Parts: sequence; structure tokens; C-alpha cells
Amino acid sequence: MGLNVMNKVMSNKWIIAFYVLPALLLIAILIFVPLILTGYYGLMDWDGIGEMNFIGLENYWNALQDDKFWESAWHSFLLAFFSTLSLIIYLVISLILASKIKGADLLRKIYLIPMLLSSVAIAQLWIKVFNPTNGMLNHILMAIGIENPPAWLAEPSVVLFAIFVPILWQYAGFYILIYYAALKNIPESIVEAARIDGASPLQIAYRIKLPLIMGVVKVTIVLAVVGSLKYFDLIYVMTSGGPNGASEVMASYMYKLAFSSNDFGYGSAIGFLLLIITLIVTVIVRKATATKEEIQY
Amino acid sequence: MKRVGYLILYLCLGIVALFQIFPIIWLFLFSLKDNREIFSGSPFALPSELRWENYLKVWDSGIGTYFWNSLWITAMAILLTVLFASMATFAITRMQWKLNKLVLGLFMVGLMIPIHSAIIPLFSMFLNVNLIDNPWSIVITYTTYNLPITIMILLGFYYTLPREIEEAAIIDGCSINRMFFRIILPMTAPVMSTTVIINMIYNWNEFVFVNTFISSDMYKTLTVGIQNFIGQYMTDWGAIGATLIISVLPILLAFIFFSNKVVEGISASAVKG
Repeated sequence: MGLNVMNKVMSNKWIIAFYVLPALLLIAILIFVPLILTGYYGLMDWDGIGEMNFIGLENYWNALQDDKFWESAWHSFLLAFFSTLSLIIYLVISLILASKIKGADLLRKIYLIPMLLSSVAIAQLWIKVFNPTNGMLNHILMAIGIENPPAWLAEPSVVLFAIFVPILWQYAGFYILIYYAALKNIPESIVEAARIDGASPLQIAYRIKLPLIMGVVKVTIVLAVVGSLKYFDLIYVMTSGGPNGASEVMASYMYKLAFSSNDFGYGSAIGFLLLIITLIVTVIVRKATATKEEIQY
Repeated sequence: MKRVGYLILYLCLGIVALFQIFPIIWLFLFSLKDNREIFSGSPFALPSELRWENYLKVWDSGIGTYFWNSLWITAMAILLTVLFASMATFAITRMQWKLNKLVLGLFMVGLMIPIHSAIIPLFSMFLNVNLIDNPWSIVITYTTYNLPITIMILLGFYYTLPREIEEAAIIDGCSINRMFFRIILPMTAPVMSTTVIINMIYNWNEFVFVNTFISSDMYKTLTVGIQNFIGQYMTDWGAIGATLIISVLPILLAFIFFSNKVVEGISASAVKG
């Protein structure tokens, strides 16, 4: 009899609605409706305030022929590529950190600190670091004898690399944290067995530890690639896409179209393409990194 | 030989630690200097005198307002997110209905969305209901966009709650609301605190929503406020340094006191994507 009451209460439609609807309505209205609207606004000629004029696929067609859009997409993909490459550095650091280092816990917490700061604060701090005359970086470079260090954020040829340094700085602790946790999950007995068989530390790292955490590495590749495609705050604050579009990325291009040029229709089309590209790339990267059999231990 | 090897490893790790921490120390140093000292001396020199007046000056000229806005908006959004997410997670994991997997799927899809793709329609929606330049637009946006990650972190814990607790409570004649708020919710305190920390970091650091929806100075939060502020005080490095330190201090303090919770929360949020 008691269980009957229980089942009745726990499947009461009104109570379920009361518990799930606040959250469900919020994400429906503020996440899913806007995503659909983005695609819809992309079909309009619209300045955000005045009347909308339906122009079909013209905005999307224009985007595909817009050099600035492709340039910003190229920069986004470059960032995604650098970010994926930098995972190797994080992996090496994590392997060292997880090899019975004293103070590993404190170190990984220190590494994590930049991750906690806002992108705006990070951007403002690194604007100062890169300052051509009084910044920390050029001070150091001049002290070791380099006479004309570049004005990092003002040179189109180096700006994207310069911007990547604070990105590296910001996310290092995050990825190291993930890898370190995965490495610590490897049973000691496996590593011990390899050691008894005469494997060197390098062999253990490359042949045993790395394959065992490959699942986690794949997740981080997806995170790095997708995260890079969405990149916005830091670049918007540091360079606003400049100089002359040399550090423009997809999100910053879209944002400026809508909120600086008041071209809401075209901006929405780019926003929708950003959504589609992100989803497609997510699927591709997941497929590319998926293996038939997961390693068991 | 082995000693030397370990020494090299420690050296590598030390250099990485220095790279991670040094820009922040440099920032703190110049926040206590004036321009003359910053531009003439070595960037690594300690300040000749500690100019705390940089902090007072920026606090009184607007940063104080931004700080309080950040504080109440962050706190209010955390409260709503954690409450709504806990309720939804409870319904999804503990109650019996057919669509629960579908609803959960919707929340998980919400994890993958690039927010920039939604921002133009969000702006026009808020404009239509007169919520542009109103801090509540920020509160409900933060609340909503943090729901998926919060539910994801809560999920595992709710699945493991023993069913006997609910049975006992209901057979004793406890109403379901009473059971949830008085028994279940307090039991989830450890995982709730993890979500509070994660929400706090996200909300405190968020930039693009405030930058888009808020135009009046009196409603701006720190991230957008310091942007404007630094625009005005372009050349006063000490003031800029003090502003940045103030803006990052609450999160750094939270990290010092709850570092394990922060690590736990950031690891849990990693599955995002």
C-alpha cells in the first residue's frame, strides 16, 4: 500500500510540471527560441529597430562571398589548430606532474589561477604586458639584447600569435587539471608491471599511460576546437579584431556587424552560420577521434 | 643521475608555474606604483612606497558601483540557477514520467550552443519587453545559460540518492514539496556547493551579455565597467592595475579558501562541449 502511495505521488503530473517547468521554460525561451530566430532573422534585411524586409537567402549568399567572413573563419580555424597543438605541451607537463612529483597538487592549483580570471581582466593585463614601450615583455626582450621588439598588438603579421599567448596562459591549468586527474586514475599496478618488465619512464609514458588516457585526450580535442570557434571576449577587448581585421574571428565579426554597423539581418546570418559550423565541426571532430574499441583496464 | 633528472623536471614545472603566476604579480606590483615609477624603473622592482591610494581613487570613481552590481547580480543568478536546476534534476531523476529522457536531452543540447549565435535575437526580445538596460535581463540570462551545466553536475548525485528516503518520507505523510526542500535539498549540499562555485566564476566573469544589454553606467558590472573605466584612464597604469586587482580579488579569495571545490567544479564542467 505504501509503495502505491509513493508511485502515485512521484508520477503526479502537476507536481512534475511544477518542478521541471521553471528551468525548461527558461531554456526554451532564452536559448532555443533565439537560435531559431537567428536563422529566421538571417533571411531579413533589418537594422534591428525598423521594419524587416524578407530577402530570402541573400544574406547567406553574401556571407559565402564575403572575404572578411572567410578571413575571420580562417583566423578561428588557426586558433583551433594552435589550441589543439598546445594540448601536446599540456600533456607533457601533466605527465611530468603525475610522475610522483612532490607538491604536484599545489603546482596544478597555481597553474589554474589564470583560468579563474575574467577574459576582460586577462585581456587588459596582456595589453599591458604587450605594451611596446613599457610592457613586461619588451622590457625583458630589450634586457636580453633584442633591440627593436615589435609592437605586438599593432602588427598584422604577429597579432594573432600574440593573442594566442594569453589564450595558452588562460587554459593551461584547465587542461593540465583534466590530464592530471586522468593520469592519477591509472592503476599503479599497470605502471609497476611495466617497470618490472624493464620499461623506461619514457616508454611507460608513451606506450602505457598515453594510450590509457586517450579517451580523455579526445574529449579535450573537442573542447579545444569547439572552444576556439566560439572565441570572443578576449579578442574583442584586446584588439577588437584589429589591426585592420588581422585578428578578427567569426564571433567578433558577427558581433560588430550587429551592434556596431546595425546590420542585424546579415549579423544574424553569420551567427547562424557560426552555429552550423560549430555543430558540424563538433560532429566531425568527435567522429575523427572516435575509436571502435575503448581501451579497458 | 636520477637526482639530476628529477631536478630538470622540477625546473620545467617551476618555469611553467612562474609563467602562470608572474603576470599577476607584475600587475599587483604596478597597481601600487605611480606612472613615473612604472615608466622609469624596472618592471620587476618593488614599489618604493605602497600607493594604496590608487585603490581608493578607483573605488570612489565608479568601480565601487560596478562591484556591488557584480555582487548582487552574481548572487541572485546563482540562487535562481541552483534552485531551478535542483528542482528540474529532482523531477528528471526521481519522478516517474515518460518524457524525462527527452527533457534531459534538451538541457544537454543547451551545453553545446555558442552563445553568440543567440545574442542578436535575445537583444531584440529584451528590447520588445523593455528589459534592455535593465539588470534583470542579465539575471535571467545568467540563470538560464548556467542551467545546463548546473544540471549536468547535479545529475550524478541525484541518481545515487537512496530511494528508501523518499519512501519513508512519503509513507510518513510528508508532502513532496516538504520532502524536497527539507530532506533532499539539504542532502545535496556538497554537490550544490560545487555548482555555486562554478556559477560564481561564470557570472562574475561574464562580459558579452552585459556589454550588449546594459548601457547605463549605474547598472554595469565589473567586466564591462572596467572596460569603460580603462578607456577613460588610458594612461594611468596604477589606476588600471588597481581596478583589475579589485575585479579579480573575490574569485581569487574564493579559490584560496575553497580550492578543492573549485578544482572539483572545473573538472566537472570539463565534460561541457
